[in-house]
Amino acid sequence: MIGFLVRRLLQAVLVVVGVIAIMFVLIHLIPGGEARAVLGPKAQSVAIAQFNKENGLDLPLWDQFAHYLWNLSHFNLGRSYTANQDVTSLIAEALPKTLILVGLSTLLALVVAIPLGIYQVIRRNKIEDYVVTGMSFILYAMPAFLLGTLLILWFAVYLPIFSTEAPQTDSIVGILTDPRAMVLPVVTLAAISIASFSRYMRSSMMETMTEDFVRTARAKGAAPRRVLFVHALRNAIIPIITLLGLSLGTIVSGAVITESVFNYPGMGLLAVNSAFKEDLPTLLGVTFVVTLATIVGNLIADILYAVVDPRIRYARS
Amino acid sequence: MQDPDQLVRATEHQLGELIDEHVPERPAAVDRSDVLPDELTDDVIAAPGGGEVVSHGGLARRVLGVFAENKLAVVGVVVIVAAVLFCYVGPLLYHTNQTNANEALNTPGNAPPGNGHPLGTDASGFDILGRLMYGGQVSLLVGFAAAAVASVFGALYGAISGFFGTWVDSAMMRVVDAFLSIPVLFLAIVLAVIFRPSLVVFIFVIAFVSWLIPARLIRGQALSLRVREYVQAVHVMGGSKSRIVVRHIIPNSIGTIIVNTTFNIADAILLLAALGFIGLGVPAPQTDWGSMLSNGVNYAVDGYWWEIYPAGLCIVLVVVAFNFIGDALRDSLEVRLQQR
Repeated sequence: MIGFLVRRLLQAVLVVVGVIAIMFVLIHLIPGGEARAVLGPKAQSVAIAQFNKENGLDLPLWDQFAHYLWNLSHFNLGRSYTANQDVTSLIAEALPKTLILVGLSTLLALVVAIPLGIYQVIRRNKIEDYVVTGMSFILYAMPAFLLGTLLILWFAVYLPIFSTEAPQTDSIVGILTDPRAMVLPVVTLAAISIASFSRYMRSSMMETMTEDFVRTARAKGAAPRRVLFVHALRNAIIPIITLLGLSLGTIVSGAVITESVFNYPGMGLLAVNSAFKEDLPTLLGVTFVVTLATIVGNLIADILYAVVDPRIRYARS
Repeated sequence: MQDPDQLVRATEHQLGELIDEHVPERPAAVDRSDVLPDELTDDVIAAPGGGEVVSHGGLARRVLGVFAENKLAVVGVVVIVAAVLFCYVGPLLYHTNQTNANEALNTPGNAPPGNGHPLGTDASGFDILGRLMYGGQVSLLVGFAAAAVASVFGALYGAISGFFGTWVDSAMMRVVDAFLSIPVLFLAIVLAVIFRPSLVVFIFVIAFVSWLIPARLIRGQALSLRVREYVQAVHVMGGSKSRIVVRHIIPNSIGTIIVNTTFNIADAILLLAALGFIGLGVPAPQTDWGSMLSNGVNYAVDGYWWEIYPAGLCIVLVVVAFNFIGDALRDSLEVRLQQR
């Protein structure tokens, strides 16, 4: 187990180093350099030289990279071009909101998708199974921005049950106590995952039902219900952990869309708004933090999987 | 001194003819393993010259066979042909102004369907039916081109990485890992801001975030192909490494590449639509389906459904169509390739 842990951790660290290198290269890819991006295309060359000097952009690349690493290790992601605020503090405001949105919708997705997958196995190859499969294919093909738009049109405009916008308050309590505004964003983001999670749950459960231990359980006379929920379910549900880890990137990308459809002030909206203002330090800072979060999420999922299922850590070593 | 590659080419050619003589033509769906003994099929059919002959003639027939067997795939093809005709031939029959914003101001904005505008007009006064065609050209073009660029580059990258193995492979794959760990949409947004893309640059921005998966897939194939006897035979005959990669590893991974490209087209169209929806799409006066939807959402509260449903429907139909085709191709090409 220790060996697996160390190997997996090293792998994650290597990826993080790679991402840092990519971020650094991206900053230097801006046509005309960072100074042009900040000062505008008509800036005098004197002003550009001044800007480069002030920001250490006239130093050799290696020094700049060392500087960049030093700043990152101190949670210094630079200063926003437009908001007159440190990028770190902008992110500190937005991150909890995205965590709430992603957390709630992932929870909803699991709560809906797992029973749905089990139900499909119980009713397999019957009309109910096909209906659910058909619906999950439609959901799967539905991009988040379209689904969000349709939900607004149907449930906030035609039937004014929910609000067209997510909660705009800054306090976490405010967000959690405003379900009317929070329902549509959470449902939109959850819908993407429900389709894939339930498909996965269905096939994982089907596969488990063909295992020897299920046949043994049946042979010794366990009730079908018990075989399904005690023997099969416990084994079939484990791969969902990995699926969750792997889906993080998709979910986070979905959060960007959902946040911009519902104007929810999280990391995604921060990224989109800073993209409009060409505020690169903020955009890259948000991207870096989000990437870090998905890498850590993946790591946790992998370790958790190995903890729950001992076969994994032996197979991999 | 003769070029070793030329020698290999000649040998391959002879081998190919030899196999052509011995293996008669047969219908698409039939696996060659039923005619030749197992060891032979693996080593000879997949052998240099023979492998290429099979993958050219056989592949085309197999692909056609997929559509004969799978109704959903046929539906997919019909939808895509219809979409291409609609977007590229449609404007020839249905003339609308889609580029001159000043002229568009003369037509009433946000007009409901009817009155010479079958699907109404958008906020700027552009006819929506015409705009669907105009925007669809961008969506389809970027989708096809980006997927093609991504597949070619990804396949080469993956084949080289897998073929060389050792530290080259490790280094090349760590680069892929690092890029893959950045959520796709974020990477696309960052690139879109840095390069302020025109239509052509957009193709490369989207290709840049899409080449990673094919690279990984083909690398996996290359790892298993490079130890096959026929690859080693080319090696022994003095064939160059680039020859092995380009003429043997990639042609033998063609099933995976085709399947992945199909899905990549769908993903590229979706990604462009997502960027357009956010407001980072192709620069005006060009548009795409995602940008159209984004404009429509501004008026969702007013209930202007004609600015939402048509663009949304186009995106979903085309994406589902490509997914149908991809699924069918995967079922047939990949499974058969593995069984061979």
